[in-house]
Amino acid sequence: MISQLFKPRGNSSARALNAVCGLLIVLALLALPWADIEVYSVDPWMELGRIGRGLVMPYWDGWQILLQAVGQTIAFALLAVAMAVPLGLALAMLFHWRAVRIFCASIRSVHELFWGLIFMQVYGLSATTGLLAILVPFTGVFAKVFTEIFEQQDRAPAATLGSGARGIKRYAYTLIPQSWPALTSYTRYRFECALRSSAILGFIGLPTLGFHLETAFKQGDYSEAGALLWAFILLIATIRFWLRPRLIPLYILAAIWLLPETIGFSNGGYLWQFISQDIWPTALLAGQWSEAADWYAGMFSSQVWPGIVQTLLLTQLALVLTAIVVLFTYPFASQALAGPVIRWPGRFLLLVLRSMPEMILAFVFLLLFGPSGLPAVLALALHNGGLIAFLVANASDAECRSRLGRPDDPRGLKRYAYLETPRRFPAMLAFLFYRWEVILRESAIMGILGIATLGFYIDSAFEEIRYDRAFLLILATALLNILVDAVSRRLRRAAGADTPQPGRTH
Amino acid sequence: MSKAKSLLRKLSVAIALLPALAQADTFVFTAIPDEDESRLQERFGKVADYLSEQLDVDVQYIPVKSYAAAITAFRNDQVQLAWFGGLSGVQARKLVPGSEALAQGYEDQFFKSYIIANTSTGLEAGDELSDEIKGKTFTFGSKGSTSGRLMPEFYLREQFGAAPEEIFSRVGFSGDHSRTIAQVQSGAYEIGAVNFAVWESETENGTIDADKVKVIWTTPTYPDYQWTIRGDVNERFGDGFKDKVREALLGMDDPDLLASFPRESFVPASNDDYVPIEETAKAIGLLD
Repeated sequence: MISQLFKPRGNSSARALNAVCGLLIVLALLALPWADIEVYSVDPWMELGRIGRGLVMPYWDGWQILLQAVGQTIAFALLAVAMAVPLGLALAMLFHWRAVRIFCASIRSVHELFWGLIFMQVYGLSATTGLLAILVPFTGVFAKVFTEIFEQQDRAPAATLGSGARGIKRYAYTLIPQSWPALTSYTRYRFECALRSSAILGFIGLPTLGFHLETAFKQGDYSEAGALLWAFILLIATIRFWLRPRLIPLYILAAIWLLPETIGFSNGGYLWQFISQDIWPTALLAGQWSEAADWYAGMFSSQVWPGIVQTLLLTQLALVLTAIVVLFTYPFASQALAGPVIRWPGRFLLLVLRSMPEMILAFVFLLLFGPSGLPAVLALALHNGGLIAFLVANASDAECRSRLGRPDDPRGLKRYAYLETPRRFPAMLAFLFYRWEVILRESAIMGILGIATLGFYIDSAFEEIRYDRAFLLILATALLNILVDAVSRRLRRAAGADTPQPGRTH
Repeated sequence: MSKAKSLLRKLSVAIALLPALAQADTFVFTAIPDEDESRLQERFGKVADYLSEQLDVDVQYIPVKSYAAAITAFRNDQVQLAWFGGLSGVQARKLVPGSEALAQGYEDQFFKSYIIANTSTGLEAGDELSDEIKGKTFTFGSKGSTSGRLMPEFYLREQFGAAPEEIFSRVGFSGDHSRTIAQVQSGAYEIGAVNFAVWESETENGTIDADKVKVIWTTPTYPDYQWTIRGDVNERFGDGFKDKVREALLGMDDPDLLASFPRESFVPASNDDYVPIEETAKAIGLLD
């Protein structure tokens, strides 16, 4: 089953694949002269030395705080996924309605951090804010991917149902049982993503690992930062040992118990004010149409348009570089290519890459190369490359374990060039298109580099308490995301790299 | 509050996704993340204990991660008292009519920022910034910081008659004073703007290498950090509560508590003290 999923499809001609890849590379080359990439001469060794020492010699005083942060990171992730799955499933059943598709595309196009900032305006720093910040975008993702999983199921069982059995019954009796393994394994994969999101939400104040990590990093306490990073990497690495289906109800109860208590909050009615007033420019609220039009025009020319241009340039470069990272790293983690021994350091490398928050990678590259788009592109490419390479290596291992292999299959470099990579390529490309959306969202967090992406302006708007600007910019980001999603779907179809299911690979 | 009740409350949060009910009688405060962010809970917990003792109500502290988060919490009444920076205080009081600056640190009456440069630039300290800084790379601290952004930007614009983006080849926001120092010291950025108090304390701690980074200009002084309280606290916590809070803050003389801020002592302050900050913020377009 798994191998079927990842083998090149009938409609994937080499020519179409080449055309799509060529297009992406040409676009990236065209972006190169305009993208803000410059190397400055720097003297980073003292700071890098400190970071290195911190990673090698992690230190954390007070295990209680660390355990609590780990517990709350899991609690937010687990509860948010537990709620997002049924919601996503329900929306997946309604996915044939255009309104539902647009709704899902828009909620998943806003970064968790921005959802967090939005909900914080309404629910303060509370468990509700943290849960919603993960739950909302994840629901959109689940709806989309569950739909795609259902679309791949055999139609025959549904045909055996009575003619009255449509809608929910069709799902309950045929589609859901048919796709159960794919649904659960995709959910497990998303849980890992939720852990990352949960940790990152600490950056805006929730008491998860990111809270302490950001502090330690900001303060230059690299040994504390090292301890937190190792704790997080360990948490991700051991998921399969502790996330047992039977234990999940127990975990959920524990998670509810672990959620941080909301301190002194009583202003739930603030939601209406936020929706009806805060997010609109004052001129619009006062009914001064021409001033409002000026405001929008000014925003468009000073922030929205330049933000879109910078974001797209960076994203395009990061995308192609991500592909290169994948092609270079996945063989080291694949059983068939690296062998049973080298495979473990390879897997470890990918684990570290995908667990390390981009912001920290970007900071290290900032120290190395000075401020420009380069650290952003490298950070995005390494993080996302590590993630995709992990999925590709898993697909390769799954095939290796199945009985598809032949005794005369080539080995080593030949196997890499003529067997593994061609077989993985369509799926890899499809993962890449999925991550395009993600890279676009994540290019948002690079304000430290002084690059004015859309996210830079959104962050500024929140800092300046200008929610009208933030709302407009988030809307622009969402539209851009929807556009990129549509384009990538086209390209994916053209290349025959349809619908990978990361979850099915484990 | 009993464990069961607390569990129930968390359940209601998790399931109904509604904001948890407030403990109406708890007075909550926060402090903007500033110098030393580690062990915030521990350090400000002591301040909470002190206030609780002085005010005869439950006092709790919530840690926040950004200036904006502190302002938001103040605005939607999650906190009633906050230790703000100059700019964040002005922004918060604008959003919550009736709120009042109560006290500032002794040092905040004449706060200043340093412009620092990596020594490889060859820039020397002077009474004003040299034209040689043009075209170099530059980093502010946090976007909402008074000492790391607002005042330095104001003086840069005043001297050069141009926005920072036009003066420098690149303008970043390190997010934090310590990061600014680290980035300029490593040469990632050539020039930076930093809170003088953070610079002094890092110098004392020995994290600054004088061969790599140095102060090239000091801004004129301006009012900075202050305690701001919501206008409606007397209705909630009883008549004269605001005055009691002011007294408690001004009377804080335990060096251990003051070290959290870190300030020598607190002195009275009023909203009017921060008019210059408001004007400056308007002048550079950070405030409408």
